[in-house]
Amino acid sequence: MALLEVKNLEVTFGLRQGAVKALRDVSFSIERGERIGIVGESGAGKSVAAFSILNLISRPGYISGGEVLFEGKDLTKLSPQEMRDIRGNRIAMIFQDPMMTLNPVLTLGQQMVECLKAHRKISTAEAREVALEKLRLVHIPSPETRIDQYPHELSGGMRQRIIIAIALLLDPPLIIADEPTTALDVTIQAEIMELLLELCDSQNVGLILITHDLGVVSQVTQKAVVMYAGRVIEQGPTKEIINDAQHPYTQGLINALPQQTLPGKRLNQIPGSMPSLQKIPTGCAFHPRCEFVIEPCSRELPGFTRSGGCSVACHMVKAMKEKAAAAG
Amino acid sequence: MIAFLIRRLMQAVVVMFVISLISFSIQDNLGDPLRELVGQSVSEEERQALRDELGLNDPFLVQYVRFAGNALQGDLGTSYFFKEPALDVILKKLPATLELVFGATLIIILLSVPLGVYSAIKPHSWFSKTVMGLSIVGISVPVFLTAIMSIFLFSVELNWLPSYGRGELEPMFWGWESGYLTRDGLLHLVLPCFSLASIMLPLFIRLIRAEMMEVLQSEYVKYAWAKGLSPMRIYFLHALKNTMLPVITVGGVQIGTMVAYTILTETVFQWPGMGFLFLEAVNRVDTPLIVAYLIVVGAIFVVTNTVVDLIYGLVNPTVNLTGKKS
Repeated sequence: MALLEVKNLEVTFGLRQGAVKALRDVSFSIERGERIGIVGESGAGKSVAAFSILNLISRPGYISGGEVLFEGKDLTKLSPQEMRDIRGNRIAMIFQDPMMTLNPVLTLGQQMVECLKAHRKISTAEAREVALEKLRLVHIPSPETRIDQYPHELSGGMRQRIIIAIALLLDPPLIIADEPTTALDVTIQAEIMELLLELCDSQNVGLILITHDLGVVSQVTQKAVVMYAGRVIEQGPTKEIINDAQHPYTQGLINALPQQTLPGKRLNQIPGSMPSLQKIPTGCAFHPRCEFVIEPCSRELPGFTRSGGCSVACHMVKAMKEKAAAAG
Repeated sequence: MIAFLIRRLMQAVVVMFVISLISFSIQDNLGDPLRELVGQSVSEEERQALRDELGLNDPFLVQYVRFAGNALQGDLGTSYFFKEPALDVILKKLPATLELVFGATLIIILLSVPLGVYSAIKPHSWFSKTVMGLSIVGISVPVFLTAIMSIFLFSVELNWLPSYGRGELEPMFWGWESGYLTRDGLLHLVLPCFSLASIMLPLFIRLIRAEMMEVLQSEYVKYAWAKGLSPMRIYFLHALKNTMLPVITVGGVQIGTMVAYTILTETVFQWPGMGFLFLEAVNRVDTPLIVAYLIVVGAIFVVTNTVVDLIYGLVNPTVNLTGKKS
């Protein structure tokens, strides 16, 4: 059984102009110790997907369909109290900007101890010991002094280390990291990512990595889920997706990587931009930006076609597979 | 901390200098103190002689320097009406005013925090909407009207609460006679305190609500939810502590303003405090008393603001009072 299985998840935002579906029919799964990447441009629904796993979408958004099966339980059906027992305890989250994530008026120790005390019967002194141990794990120098300091006394990289330490406090089987290095200095991005991966490996933690950076995904994850306009459009083993992307959108993302361009040439880009959720094009949401549009694209929502280890939602890919099958 | 206090003290000296200059300079524009001081029968020559004696004919600067010199020795002049040192007259009335301000501040803190927090957490509930609606009314209605209406309702019609005076007092310390120690004194405090609070309370409810709503949207509150903390801890520790930072700053200024507002409240309720005294002094053109009042209120402003800044430094760890690099 998978550690986490998201099935046909649908998230709706009840706006004044009418209900808007931010997530439609999103399915993926992750095993313990596995690392998957969720990729897409801004607005693709990556973060909504991450937050909806923990049922943390703020109003007016809500989960309007589907299941989130975690250790056999459907998280969408839990009471607020039961959900609170999962958050931070069984599934931890790492947020994007470490400068904004920690509460500025509480010491690091307070913010670590409270998390332990919320989930375990433990004395403050014991909780502090656990916190110190985790701070050592993330290589914070002189944790005994650091623990009584306030967030503003630490650099961004340090703070993200603290947040990784908080994520590991209760030894959760799953960590969701929402762009964990985007807000950091380029020089420490790699360092923090390495630390995160190393710890996930040594503690056998599953990692859902949300990012717009295909480069990172290709280096660190085993599986990749590509999202566009609230839907999964392609998913499968990362190697296959990077080396042989099927969906024109994934191909576009890969071509847009700076490494794919010769020095001195303009960087490649996908023409147009992500549609607003209120005005999602009919059929395949990507068809107005796609260079391989065929007849059903603007009319009919593409289903998933298997291609190697991947599944792809694209009419063009499906047509080509059928042609190849007919020919062969 | 000490460095902060010393710096503050130096600022206070400048502030007090400016206040004294301004308050002293308005005294020439308040009317002729002699008219109130002496009767109709006194001749013009005698009036001139008295003016000379009081130094009222000297140039402004000479008068001011004389006043400032005396003020530095704790002498703010002698009240024309009471024939006593103006500072003593005011300090005698200070406890009554401070008790009024204290009661109103207590009411504001005890009501604005829970109401503001609740209406931020549940902005769409009918209760929050009612609170917001009433607060608009509260801001709009002048304290004069609130006071008179409350006297009409609670004293005249319902006969529940006394409408004027301080009631029975009990000595507390340093000759301070307090109304907080007797039942009668407390009953007398209710209406004046609520009237005084009625101006600031809506402001604080709205301020706390607006700040809290902003804080609840912040990343660190979202993160606190993601850590699985209890809603109580998130609302009342993580969010409220950040909410209170700007509220404390505004509160410091408003407490000083409230001391000034007591002029209206004390007049309506015949409250024997500084504000009532000030209004009487204006009617009697008792200029030394007026000037002394303005200086005392100015000093209260300076002190409360310093105390508030100290509290702010304690609550907000990113503020370094000493200005030292950590």
